[in-house]
Amino acid sequence: MPLNVQPNFHDPDRRRFRDYSAGDDFYELLIEAHRGLDEAQSAKLNARLILLLANHIGDLSVLREAVELARERD
Amino acid sequence: MGESLRGSSPHAAHRPKFAYRRPPELGAAAAVRHPVVVVGAGPVGLAAAIDCRLKGLPVVLLDEDDIVSIGSRGLCYAKRSLEILDRLGCGDPVCAKGVNWNVGRTFFHEREIYRFDLVPEPDHKRPGMVNLQQYYIEEYEVERAQAVGVDLRWKNRVVGVDPHADHVRLDVETPDGRYAIEAQWLIVADGARSPLRRLLGLDVEGKVFRDRFLIADVVMAADFPAERWFWFDPPFHPGQSVLLHRQADNVWRIDFQLGWDADPDAEKRPERVIPRIRAMLGDDREFELDWVSVYTFQCRRMAKFRHGRVLFIGDAAHQVSPFGARGANSGFQDVDNLAWKLQLVATGRAPDRLLDTYSEERVAAADENILNSTRSTDFITPKSGMSRVFRDAVLELAERHDFARRLVNSGRLSMPTVYEDSALNTRDTDAFAGAMVPGAPAADAPLEEDDWLIDELGGRFQLLLFVDHAGELPRPVVDALAVLDRLPIPVESIVIARHAGGAVANTRVLVDAKGVAAERYDGRSGTVYLIRPDQHVAARWRRFDLASIRAALGRATGHDAEV
Repeated sequence: MPLNVQPNFHDPDRRRFRDYSAGDDFYELLIEAHRGLDEAQSAKLNARLILLLANHIGDLSVLREAVELARERD
Repeated sequence: MGESLRGSSPHAAHRPKFAYRRPPELGAAAAVRHPVVVVGAGPVGLAAAIDCRLKGLPVVLLDEDDIVSIGSRGLCYAKRSLEILDRLGCGDPVCAKGVNWNVGRTFFHEREIYRFDLVPEPDHKRPGMVNLQQYYIEEYEVERAQAVGVDLRWKNRVVGVDPHADHVRLDVETPDGRYAIEAQWLIVADGARSPLRRLLGLDVEGKVFRDRFLIADVVMAADFPAERWFWFDPPFHPGQSVLLHRQADNVWRIDFQLGWDADPDAEKRPERVIPRIRAMLGDDREFELDWVSVYTFQCRRMAKFRHGRVLFIGDAAHQVSPFGARGANSGFQDVDNLAWKLQLVATGRAPDRLLDTYSEERVAAADENILNSTRSTDFITPKSGMSRVFRDAVLELAERHDFARRLVNSGRLSMPTVYEDSALNTRDTDAFAGAMVPGAPAADAPLEEDDWLIDELGGRFQLLLFVDHAGELPRPVVDALAVLDRLPIPVESIVIARHAGGAVANTRVLVDAKGVAAERYDGRSGTVYLIRPDQHVAARWRRFDLASIRAALGRATGHDAEV
């Protein structure tokens, strides 16, 4: 399965009336997770988060594609 | 707040003065009691006065000034507001004068990262969004208010308020002196700083954003397209955001984020503003500065919008950041929600607690608006280093990836609130697909003969009966419709037939020739919807049942039992 770059945030527990709501919920969750952390602590949080999510995805072909796309701009 | 820079500006030219008249109560021995008094003739207060008047309630409207608003204020009016203004009888001039726009372009640094086209879903009477200076809307509303018999009192400033169990007493100052007036119901629409809220000692809670924004309205003859342009961190205004929007009469709204440390007085000076705009336009095109102001904003609301006989609407009750155009648009929805409830309670046809549901439903709406506008603000003005890193990463990815475009948040444009958890709703017992859940605002649909469903709805309780052919309604159902029409709170029935032909005694038949209504309401033959006077869905069923409809009507009007 290729990397999904289409909008994919969803919330099976709740009916949403706007297509941006679930994505905005995630974004707020992410930013809130960093509240009160200094730069080093934030970098660690990001690292742990990436590792957790990468393991959840598992499929190396997907992860390779994501790494490639993420590097593209630098 | 702001100051006008040019005496000859279009803003100044569009400021009709309204005539003050000596109030009849001045010098009277006893205070006269009026059924409804509205304080504040802004767009929301005017709408409330018109709506109450249309529902047969006599209305006095007090305003401390005698002109429409000046300068840069409300700008974007969403589809739902246009539908409400249509119901009030002022939608046409707003749409005729307003600027229609669909394209939004988003820039990051020096590049355009994507554009969206709001190309409206077809088959709605009104577009998604119309831009128009607030003073035009107020002018149209004043005309309408006069036409429907609102007692408009300019230069009448409320200086004292004294709430009682069955009325509210107001002390009013005029150029000819003071007088007292009593209101059975008082609607407070006197804006974000609400002097009445203060006089009553009521709080409004929430957060102030530590940021400043510069608004500049400029007049340009040049042919800039009618699009919404939003810049994140542009080269001509590093580290901040900028928004460009078109209004009527070749006036353009430009919004510069300044940061908290900016000096508002210095930033307002033309010698500061003009180079900023020149850098933004990137060439030497002609423009005239029409209006400049610097503002900060808050996201906050009152704990409840009803206090006995005092009802707060619009900015007096709740305030949001401007991103998403959720200010005036939510104020119009307040009016929409309040007027029919006040009519039923004031005329003794519904219990007093129906007015509590005004507060409950609109507090939920205010929370949704505050949440969305706070999120937009946090995205536009990141509050921490990491927050900025993520924001910029979203913008970079948005140039190529759809998922990131959806995360870009430069304002989630106002949509009407679905009163999903309202106590007035009757829960579905049958299965339905689609968005027309109980609590949702009724969707529009085109009908035969250039008619629109939305124009047929509102102002009273209505029952929509979906059928294939009008003739197929069984006799007992037709008889029951007559019963509904004679209830103390009458329910008007409308048959929506998929195909033309056939009639129903004493009942309007609308033909859904394109099938759009049936699709939007998941309205296969036999389906029944109960619609509130504010065009929100109260209940729906797959088959007609008189007892269920009466129970739902009772529930939707705050009664314990059927009506």
